[in-house]
Amino acid sequence: MMDTSFHEPDSKLAPGVGTTHGLPVAVLLEVTHRCPLQCPYCSNPLNLERPAAELATEDWVRVLHELADLGVLQVHFSGGEPMARRDIVELVAAATDAGLYSNLITSGVNLSRERLAALAEAGLSHVQISFQGSESETADRVGGYRNGHAKKLEAARLTREAGFPLTVNAVMHRQNLHQLPEMIDMAVELGAQRIEVANVQYYGWALRNRAALMPTVEQIETCNRIVAEAEERLRGILMIDYVVPDYYAVRPKTCMGGWGRQFFNISPAGKVLPCHAAETITGLDFDSVRDHSLAWIWDHSPALNRYRGTDWMAEPCKSCEHREEDFGGCRCQAFALAGDAGATDPACSFSPLHDEIFRVAETEAAADDMSFAYRNYLTPVPGE
Amino acid sequence: MTVASARKPLVVRPETVVALPRHVQLKFDKLREMWLLLAPERILTPDDIAVRVLQLCDGTRSVHQVCEALAEIYAAPIDRIEADVIVMVQDLATQGYLQSVGTGA
Repeated sequence: MMDTSFHEPDSKLAPGVGTTHGLPVAVLLEVTHRCPLQCPYCSNPLNLERPAAELATEDWVRVLHELADLGVLQVHFSGGEPMARRDIVELVAAATDAGLYSNLITSGVNLSRERLAALAEAGLSHVQISFQGSESETADRVGGYRNGHAKKLEAARLTREAGFPLTVNAVMHRQNLHQLPEMIDMAVELGAQRIEVANVQYYGWALRNRAALMPTVEQIETCNRIVAEAEERLRGILMIDYVVPDYYAVRPKTCMGGWGRQFFNISPAGKVLPCHAAETITGLDFDSVRDHSLAWIWDHSPALNRYRGTDWMAEPCKSCEHREEDFGGCRCQAFALAGDAGATDPACSFSPLHDEIFRVAETEAAADDMSFAYRNYLTPVPGE
Repeated sequence: MTVASARKPLVVRPETVVALPRHVQLKFDKLREMWLLLAPERILTPDDIAVRVLQLCDGTRSVHQVCEALAEIYAAPIDRIEADVIVMVQDLATQGYLQSVGTGA
């Protein structure tokens, strides 16, 4: 799947200060890890879930109704490529039936006019299509899929023609940041309402490919300027959501609005995860919708409760004035970079590792290794 | 540049007719007991007046007619309401929560 950012919902929906979690607001449904593309920045785990392990249609339908009962308002159908599920229209219809707002996060390469019409009939609210660049040569090399860019452009046109609002998901990294102005123009030309300028976040396949993807500091400064200028110029025409790369940040991101606080993720096999990268943390046992009700999991899953609130924190988070704002940053990044999911996210300037990861990012960006380990079922997983 | 200029931001006037686009839904959430405005990756909690305005922006009334209805509901003079409502509708339209469906009488 592509990089997905969750925005902090209206503060009236947020759990109060001092409470560990509230009613869940939005859920990312990774209905499959199958995908025709092979993007090296994919946030899916290196060990992709096999098709045979995926939840069946009736499991997802039950889950969608449980989600609505639990207070969830929005579901995002994602993957892998959600259109790779033959039953995707049925799943969207079940979401609509349950009263959920549904969003399709897709590569677009297998969106036909007929399937879009069926999705519209099923009550889908919104379509989000990822782009890997502004022209075929770069985009198709990054996606590892021949003719993908042309198919995406056509899918975007068909999406608009079917009456759907469109978000262009521009996933940015060192090898395509120079195309950002053209990608913003492309979104306007395609009639998109919104563009997500999402700098890659380094989990799963993206972490593995970090050296090939990490932008330079200069690229990020240029990117910030381009986004600020476009926001001004395109006000009322194109909404721009911007995800900054946190290796160069001073404050860590409030990852998922806090672990298990208002958002969660369901994996293809039905595991309930606080975020899409959480399975990269070893030693946590995530509960499955196959074994428990979602209501039970949301309140009682030991893995969700592990890093909720602030009680689990050590210094410097424990006494930090920002602890209820960013909840120590991202647990997956802490595990990946500090070797401890309970550590301060090294993206935070208070982390003892902060300067080191900044230097690693700079060094990797300067070395300019362009080679990708493509995301697929065949690329060997290190250590296996 | 030529491309961007082909799409223009909406300028809200009294005769503008607006409605919620398909991807923006106003709903009352029974669990939380509040009105919500659902949009892609955004959820807003409109206040009572915004809820009234959004409900009245149904694609048939012009902004002026919305104001007439509000003037009746709140027993207030329309000329005092209209300026505020145009600002609110403009703001909602700029953020993509309302879209023009043409101009009315």
